[in-house]
Amino acid sequence: MDSRARNLLDEALGLDQLTQLKPPLGGKAVLIEDCVETSGSFVLHQLIKRLLTAVPNSSNVVLFLAFANPFSHYDRILRKLGCNLGAQREKGRFIFVDMLNVECPVGEEGKAGGRSGLFALFANITKVLNALPESNRKCLTIVIDDVSLMEVAAHGSSDHVLDFLHYCHTLTSDYGCSLVTLNHEDIYSSMDGLVFLKQMEYAADVLVKVEPLATGLAADVHGQFDGLQMTVLNRGSLNNRMSNFQFRIKENSVEYFYPGARA
Amino acid sequence: MAATKTRTSSFSRNLPAASSAQSPEIKCGPNGTFLVSSGIPDLDKTLGGGIPLGSLVMVMEDSEAPHHMLLLRNFMSQGLVHKQPLLYASPSKDPRGFLGTLPSPSSPKDDKSRSHDAEQEKGLRIAWQYKKYFGENQSNLDGQRGMILFRFIVLCEWEMLSFIRSLKSTVRSAIAVAIITFPSSLVSATFCKRWQHLADCLVSVKAIPDEDKELAKLLTGYQDIVGFLNIHRVPRINTQVPAVLEATTLSIKLQKRRYLVLECLNQAPVDGSSGSSYGTSGSCSGASSKSGSLDF
Repeated sequence: MDSRARNLLDEALGLDQLTQLKPPLGGKAVLIEDCVETSGSFVLHQLIKRLLTAVPNSSNVVLFLAFANPFSHYDRILRKLGCNLGAQREKGRFIFVDMLNVECPVGEEGKAGGRSGLFALFANITKVLNALPESNRKCLTIVIDDVSLMEVAAHGSSDHVLDFLHYCHTLTSDYGCSLVTLNHEDIYSSMDGLVFLKQMEYAADVLVKVEPLATGLAADVHGQFDGLQMTVLNRGSLNNRMSNFQFRIKENSVEYFYPGARA
Repeated sequence: MAATKTRTSSFSRNLPAASSAQSPEIKCGPNGTFLVSSGIPDLDKTLGGGIPLGSLVMVMEDSEAPHHMLLLRNFMSQGLVHKQPLLYASPSKDPRGFLGTLPSPSSPKDDKSRSHDAEQEKGLRIAWQYKKYFGENQSNLDGQRGMILFRFIVLCEWEMLSFIRSLKSTVRSAIAVAIITFPSSLVSATFCKRWQHLADCLVSVKAIPDEDKELAKLLTGYQDIVGFLNIHRVPRINTQVPAVLEATTLSIKLQKRRYLVLECLNQAPVDGSSGSSYGTSGSCSGASSKSGSLDF
């Protein structure tokens, strides 16, 4: 049951084959959308765990930009899932950038020496990327938790945040690394906000929506998961792979099952 | 008592050394968090023991009635009774007035007035100069357990968000709890959602009309109910497992005009002629008796 259950999320994210040679997400950009009722952070935790521990001695590196929670929070959660973030951090496989207190004011570009916060952040990312050996650059995964707080840090200049994200997307095509972002769908329900979200969705290769059940709260089923993988085949045609299942989050693992099929 | 207890496993939980020196008002919670009481025992029980230290509690006000002040009063008096450092910020012209309305069942009058004076100074300062005070705030809170309470009028929305974000990160690193009340009706929908996402613990308070015959028919004890408390989010620090509550809507009752009691909603026996049996949205029919606390 466990190996099959892992496959449901892995299939949805395109993580079917984890080998030493291929980069885990294949240079894709993943967008996770959640809401107040149901948090999508468990997808991030599962992903980090799979990236860091699934293949022993792999060269996967996770660069985590944390806007929402401090290191101790993730450390505790992933320890229960079976991944020691402290040890990975020491080995250089998990790089944690604590952005909780950091303001990214977007000042005038022409100011002497006054690089805006997001610009400096991107420079930091490229520094990390260049520090890796050339062959391993495609094994880097950048994880951002979460984008709405990045907007708050940038004092509301969503345009700059979008630019930052687009720059990160170029890294996926230039170097083959992957990008995983988390955002809150219910914030962008108004007409103006919708543009921001649509742009992020458009740029993503894998779109994941985590929602509460339409029927309300339940102790056995914590929500439903909708995944959409968009791949462009060689001849330019679009291949969309949709996944839809429900989940139940536990301390040590997450159970995935099709609606109505609780094992 | 300890001598007669048999050890069932060879492993014992390694509690941090600080727990032995802790004050009684801080309990150990799950996942390495420490819980502080909110001042309302029923709310503590619903939240799983209390409010975790380092969390941000947001109370969405009802613009029609000041029931959130009831919650605030309880939070504050809880902190005062345990002599925790408190910061109170309010947009009202006279924060002292609020302090005077705090219930104080046990602390002697002299102590209360002394600690009030200290709080008033801080309170007045912060009401008008949020950012300037925030720098001092940092040094005050380091190494101390404390509670911060804010009541907000809304200034520029993005500045407010960034203030709350910095407050949240400060509170996480210091050993404190911050409680903010804000009028959700005055903020645009998108910003309301952003505030909600920022909160670790999100509750909303709603007043009920005095003479609503429909509600009176549906609920028992309608005359005593002052309002409803909705719990939208329970703090999930250091864990990914969501908390599924049995009841997310509780009724607020004031007993003897002083003691705040939260109860599960009890439905009145359904009259055969009325059509609706589950009328009130979000209400749960609890089998609990009138008094909120059940001892198992």
